[in-house]
Amino acid sequence: MVLDELKQYIGKVDPPHLREVEKGAIRRYADAVGDDNPLYNDEEYAKKTKYGGIIAPPGFFGWAKRPISSSEGLIGVIEAMIESGYAGILDGGMAYDFYLPVRVGDTLVGSPKVSDIALKEGKTKMMIIRFETSYFNQNGDLVAKSYQTLIGRQL
Amino acid sequence: MAKEQKHWEDIEVGYELPILEKIAHSLMLVKWAGASGDFNPHHYETEFAMTQGTGGVIVHGLLKHAWLIQFVTGWMGDDGFMKKFSCQYRGLDLPRKMQSMNEPVDGETWKCKGKVIKKYVEEGEHLVDLEIGLENGKGQVTTPGTATVMLPSRKKGK
Repeated sequence: MVLDELKQYIGKVDPPHLREVEKGAIRRYADAVGDDNPLYNDEEYAKKTKYGGIIAPPGFFGWAKRPISSSEGLIGVIEAMIESGYAGILDGGMAYDFYLPVRVGDTLVGSPKVSDIALKEGKTKMMIIRFETSYFNQNGDLVAKSYQTLIGRQL
Repeated sequence: MAKEQKHWEDIEVGYELPILEKIAHSLMLVKWAGASGDFNPHHYETEFAMTQGTGGVIVHGLLKHAWLIQFVTGWMGDDGFMKKFSCQYRGLDLPRKMQSMNEPVDGETWKCKGKVIKKYVEEGEHLVDLEIGLENGKGQVTTPGTATVMLPSRKKGK
């Protein structure tokens, strides 16, 4: 019953999120990870590599230009899942296909799409939500696809 | 510091990547929240975390994913390119607390491990598939994953 209601979200797409890739944000991200790779923080070094400048660590796509507001797709399905009793949200996993590096100054667009919803019944019931996002840069080139899994547990 | 460039010819199936050690602690989780934009209190407020059935504040899955990406990209060198990556958060990890402004208390150290499981050429690209994982202090893999990396080939004259 709950599953049927949630399944109505499959295929729903969020409005595009516009994201700016800033040098400081890249440095802060790499610093938080504890990753001292000079490709992410040393302009002079990065210039001499094939990239010709600082790039973002794979998996970092910059910050949304404005706060991501409530919408039909991703946030909608998460709210519906919480309301239906699966309020213990955990990240389940992440996967990517990477096509191009993300560079300082890039403006990326990504539209998360709800790709699957399933109920897993073991010792406890878990709702599994999958969504995927394609990121395009300012030239219209596909830079990456991400595939994220969220788990909702009954608390 | 730049690392030595790996070439496809130098790597064989069964090759094990150098282990990367990481320590999750409260300070790092706060920095990660700010840098990634994940402000879920499950990762910094014990009272809230205790309502979530995880036994306390837990390490962000995406921070563990970022460690594994650091592990692979740091190894492959500037001329490598990671084409695919995946990881699953199978086990919960709890961060060390702080004993001073900068230093965590003694405790668990995590290890990123990985090995080459396939080596092949596809559409002219020299590729290796890796089996990777983050191991906790007890030697349990809490975050298994995979990656596909393109390495430069000596034959291409790179």
